[in-house]
Amino acid sequence: MALISRDDVAHVARLARLDLTEAELDQFAGQLAAVLEHAADVAALDTAGVPPTAHPFELVNVLRDDVAGPCLDRDEVLAMAPAAEDGRFRVPRILGEAP
Amino acid sequence: MSAGEIARDVRAGVRSARDVVEEHLAAIAGREDELHAFNLVLVDEARATADEVDRRVAAGEDPGPLAGVPVALKDNLCTRGVPTTCSSRMLEGWRPPYDATVVTRLSRAGAVIVGKTNMDEFAMGSSTENSAFGPTRNPHDPSRVPGGSSGGSAAAVAAGFAALALGSDTGGSIRQPAALCGVVGVKPTYGLVSRYGVVAFASSLDQIGPLAANVADAALALEVIAGHDRADSTSIPRPAPALSDVLLDGVDGLRVGVVRELVDAVDPDVGRRLAEAAGALEAAGAKVDEVHLATASLGLSAYYLLATAEASSNLARYDGVRYGLRVDGDDITAMYGATRAAGFGAEVKRRIMLGTYALSAGYYDAYYGQAQRVRTLLIRDMEAAYASYDLLLAPTTPTTAFELGAKTADPLTMYLSDVCTIPSNLAGHPAMSVPYGVGDDGLPIGVQLLAPALGEATMFRAAAALEASLA
Repeated sequence: MALISRDDVAHVARLARLDLTEAELDQFAGQLAAVLEHAADVAALDTAGVPPTAHPFELVNVLRDDVAGPCLDRDEVLAMAPAAEDGRFRVPRILGEAP
Repeated sequence: MSAGEIARDVRAGVRSARDVVEEHLAAIAGREDELHAFNLVLVDEARATADEVDRRVAAGEDPGPLAGVPVALKDNLCTRGVPTTCSSRMLEGWRPPYDATVVTRLSRAGAVIVGKTNMDEFAMGSSTENSAFGPTRNPHDPSRVPGGSSGGSAAAVAAGFAALALGSDTGGSIRQPAALCGVVGVKPTYGLVSRYGVVAFASSLDQIGPLAANVADAALALEVIAGHDRADSTSIPRPAPALSDVLLDGVDGLRVGVVRELVDAVDPDVGRRLAEAAGALEAAGAKVDEVHLATASLGLSAYYLLATAEASSNLARYDGVRYGLRVDGDDITAMYGATRAAGFGAEVKRRIMLGTYALSAGYYDAYYGQAQRVRTLLIRDMEAAYASYDLLLAPTTPTTAFELGAKTADPLTMYLSDVCTIPSNLAGHPAMSVPYGVGDDGLPIGVQLLAPALGEATMFRAAAALEASLA
């Protein structure tokens, strides 16, 4: 299996919304390759017919009655936000310049 | 003085909670600068809580089973209005708007919270060197690491800063530092302790548990924090198990399997202590045999793919919008990238990268999907072992505490130190580390007891027998 290239690392960093420096790209390419090489035993294993496990125990939906209960105080939550305005989280521009 | 003795004396009014907390604060004042077990010591709050406990005792009330017991909390457990950093720049200064369920239960039991302990950033590491606020040092030898990621909690108990501590264990993060610091550390069955209010790392593996100076104190702490919680949808709907009452029940007739593959993975002095522990259980009446877990070593690779995949998803929440650090950018995507670059340390970035890669198009089946199937094979292997054995016995760590800096240059070397603890997390089973003598270098060694799901009572019986065999 092809191990991870520097371009792969840059692609994955974009997916993860992580601005990496040139030095970090080089460093992670080598380190991630070493971990993936170690994981070759897992990747190469014949697991035909083995179901995947996502969680240690069988889970079923946990439901409660649809009755309003106490929740976090909005002002207290917004007080911990980097920026808030009019009872909402404030974020930088998402769309392009308005016409 | 043990947690059990403190609670007994405080409830009886023969000792004040204030005196107890002052003793522990004095121990902290004496050695915290050297060890750095804490991110935050809650001096005023601890005194006020202790005074309230004393007031209730004086009024004829019972403050609870942990009356006046000083407890240290890993800094990934949310405490209302009190900074909770996960040892990350990302959450520096953040004060949660709610308490974790375990914190609420400790407080209701009369415990006195003395501080928030240092850890590897977001619980990612095995040495507490990945803290943004500097490493914790091992109380037995400050040139060595305390283990991790709950290294601050283990050091706090070992140094007498707190009678009990809570940690979290995703791949060994309670048991490994407990072993390296010479204390007891328990990872309960997945779902036995509510995860509400623990900052998520890998949600199918994370579990909160106690660290204590002895087995009885660990049992007492687990009885207080365990039990169903509606706020955690993965919480097992049954009450906390009775553990303190079974500690003297002995191990006569118990079938114990020593895991061959994990014995082969450790240093000779660690292996010798394990053989002595096996002999002690046999002398106490257990039937001890060797057992094989062929997939144990595959578990390590599977773990580092699954845990990082889950982490890459869980840590997407640190985007500079709702809490924590924000670094401004021209648009929201630039803000995300700059915030996460500045807020996360190297190991967290590395794991987000590995996890994102394992989940990305073209690699999902080969890595994440395969790791999930290996998880199934490991669980089958362990369940087959439990058909013949009540408990498994294994080393906790391959070595005693290593020097600071010894493994920081090569992440893979650090990951390999988790090989003995990972199987229980993948299976959701309980396991605990019990101190069992020292290595050739005079540093503590732990042995690990593993049990099937909800097998805590049997596991604690054997732990108490091991502890008694050293007395």
